[in-house]
Amino acid sequence: MKMKRLAAMALAGTLAAAPAMAELVIPDLSYRTGPYAAGGTPFSDGYQDYFNMLNARDGGIGGESIRIIECETGYNTEKGVECYESTKGEGALIYQPLSTGITYQLIPKATADGIPIHTMGYGRTSAANGEVFNWVFNYPANYWDAASVMINYLLEENGGDLSGKKIALVYHNSAYGKEPIRTLENLSEMHGFELSQLAVDHPGQEQKSQWLQIRRERPDYVLMWGWGVMNQVAVQEAANIGFPMENFIGNWWAGAEHDVTPAGAAADGYKSLNMNRIDANLPVFDDIRSLVHEAGNAAGDGSHVGSVLYTRGMYAAMLAAEAIAKAQEIHGVSNITAAQLRDGMEALEITEARMEELGMPQVGPAFSVSCENHGGSGLGIVQQWNAADGQWVALTDYIAPDDSVIDPLVAEDSAAFAAENGIEPGCL
Amino acid sequence: MLYREAGDFKTTYVADSQTFPLKLDRIGFWVTLAVAWLVIPFVINDYWASSLLVPFLIYAIAAIGLNILTGYCGQVSLGTGGFMAVGAYACYKLMTSFPDVNIMIHIVLAGGITAMVGAAFGLPSLRIKGFYLAVATLAAQFFLVWLFNKVSWFYNYSASGQINAPERFVAGVAVTGPNTPAWAQYLICLFFVTICAVIARNLTRGTIGRSWMAIRDMDIAAEIIGVNPLKAKLTAFAVSSFFVGVAGALFFAVYLGAVEVGEAFGIQKSFLVLFMIIIGGLGSIFGSFAGAAFLVLLPVALKWLGVDVMGWPTDLVAHFQLVIVGALIMFFLIKEPHGLAQLWRLAKEKLRLWPFPY
Repeated sequence: MKMKRLAAMALAGTLAAAPAMAELVIPDLSYRTGPYAAGGTPFSDGYQDYFNMLNARDGGIGGESIRIIECETGYNTEKGVECYESTKGEGALIYQPLSTGITYQLIPKATADGIPIHTMGYGRTSAANGEVFNWVFNYPANYWDAASVMINYLLEENGGDLSGKKIALVYHNSAYGKEPIRTLENLSEMHGFELSQLAVDHPGQEQKSQWLQIRRERPDYVLMWGWGVMNQVAVQEAANIGFPMENFIGNWWAGAEHDVTPAGAAADGYKSLNMNRIDANLPVFDDIRSLVHEAGNAAGDGSHVGSVLYTRGMYAAMLAAEAIAKAQEIHGVSNITAAQLRDGMEALEITEARMEELGMPQVGPAFSVSCENHGGSGLGIVQQWNAADGQWVALTDYIAPDDSVIDPLVAEDSAAFAAENGIEPGCL
Repeated sequence: MLYREAGDFKTTYVADSQTFPLKLDRIGFWVTLAVAWLVIPFVINDYWASSLLVPFLIYAIAAIGLNILTGYCGQVSLGTGGFMAVGAYACYKLMTSFPDVNIMIHIVLAGGITAMVGAAFGLPSLRIKGFYLAVATLAAQFFLVWLFNKVSWFYNYSASGQINAPERFVAGVAVTGPNTPAWAQYLICLFFVTICAVIARNLTRGTIGRSWMAIRDMDIAAEIIGVNPLKAKLTAFAVSSFFVGVAGALFFAVYLGAVEVGEAFGIQKSFLVLFMIIIGGLGSIFGSFAGAAFLVLLPVALKWLGVDVMGWPTDLVAHFQLVIVGALIMFFLIKEPHGLAQLWRLAKEKLRLWPFPY
């Protein structure tokens, strides 16, 4: 009897202690099912594996362990909202939805709830204006940067002159794909190239007519804003009509291994942007392999380590972890709140030395965030697919976007948002 | 024994022809309404509102709308998603063009606009039937989604092609936008559901409803006894689209707050609402509610069971969801083609005879 009561007390003690045990809660709105799973899976694996590695190696961040809550969205906005509502009550610190559609849902909700969103290289571009979008961050680069980097790369290839060239944009017919159009239209006026737009409807398996039109119009270059199954189909269709692959450039969501491998040797020479460098031999991957995968805690099957999107997911997790560390430093507490993390993100500074220290030298550009600029530096590299070796080869160093084009667009779009929603721009 | 008409005397014609002839039914109806209106608003939280109750109520309106067309009038439609999009975009244009007018009026007007669009797309139903009509409404679905994607006037020339619901108030409380309290979100949907269900129930009991059912059961015979097929079919399309349009407006303005037409109102939405009325029961208002509840709550319940209780990987649970929902749909189609409403009817029959069945 006495033993039983003791056991009951011990049990009650642990139960009572459990909520008091501080931890950093990070929801992962992933998608491992549906037409976009090929991209969602490696990103989510990288995102979770990095946090798990920090738990195993350093006991979390600043002594606080990290708890990941995974929620499957299937790239669907309704499920994304359900995931957001079901996880925000757990003390969620930061959201990384990896979907422009879900981002548009979450911007007003998370702003009202006071939880930061990090939309790394996707989402609403004008969120780079931190005075209007206090809770939304899209560093290190955004879509309009990507469009400008592509054009700058083409300018360089053509001796600084694109006048009279024909450029076609093949885009996912959604908020995601439509984002770069305005920037490209401005750039086309500025540099005198002719822009044609070809929309591909969700999910993107049907692109015959678009590529027929490309065959008829014979543009000099084709740019692509694709995601999921759309990328594979586009690369295959381009190969089918014999479009020169080196003139076909995807954005950074259309440049992973699984996008080009189905087309086999025909995909050789396809180019894409990237916001992070790929190097399968980064020291951090050894830690992930030995501390996470060999311990049996891999988020997925562990096969994606070092791939483009796995690296990007891990990079996103690193940026979140660094912001958490920054917030802990600013506020002097280890168990931070979402609002404190926001301050950490706004004060984030990523240097070459820090990336080296973290075991991922030069994985991304060095940049710093401020209240006015939530968008980072906007740099991107151009990489090319080598089908024979089965790997992406970086062609260029980081290329800078044309800020004189993008900054006014960001100011205009964010001012419109502020007016529509009655926001008084300013720092928190 | 408990549930029977014995002792429930009707002394007037009005009492005899009331909606719920059984006393226990009437009590049940008022208790449900009382709980929905007086209890739930006080206990609801964000999660219950945005994940379960609000989508359930909105889909219930859409299902009632489609049930009028398909269940009562027998015209198969695959255009529900497109008509919901009309409601959503009409509501958005009205909200942004006339910001001073109350949102409730906008939602009703959005329903009215959808009714006109629906009636226009209903015109072919006078000449074509069955599968061919389904294909014609499928064309409406694709055309409408294409239209809202292509013509930037509909989304006020925004760069992303998304429409975002600005904040609007009813009696000083926000009902759209991110600062909406959960209870307000729930109550505005409940308000429209209650009104729509009462209207639909009474329409289907009156002359118009009877002419719809006559057309459904045999159109030539209906024409011979004097039912005007033009009037019956077009009113069915208009009334059905009105409800679907109201559902679309609420779906955009109150539930999601931002939508992208291809993703939110694609062909999957049409099928989802069609599954709701098939599982719930064709030609039954109760069935519309049951079907909407089934298809909204089941995935959330399965997710909760698989991920939170069993701790399975999320992708496995997501795949299982498809398998289980698919299997249940097949099971229902084979075992009870008349849906959950028929199961409910059978249960009531059994209850009336209990404990002395014959």
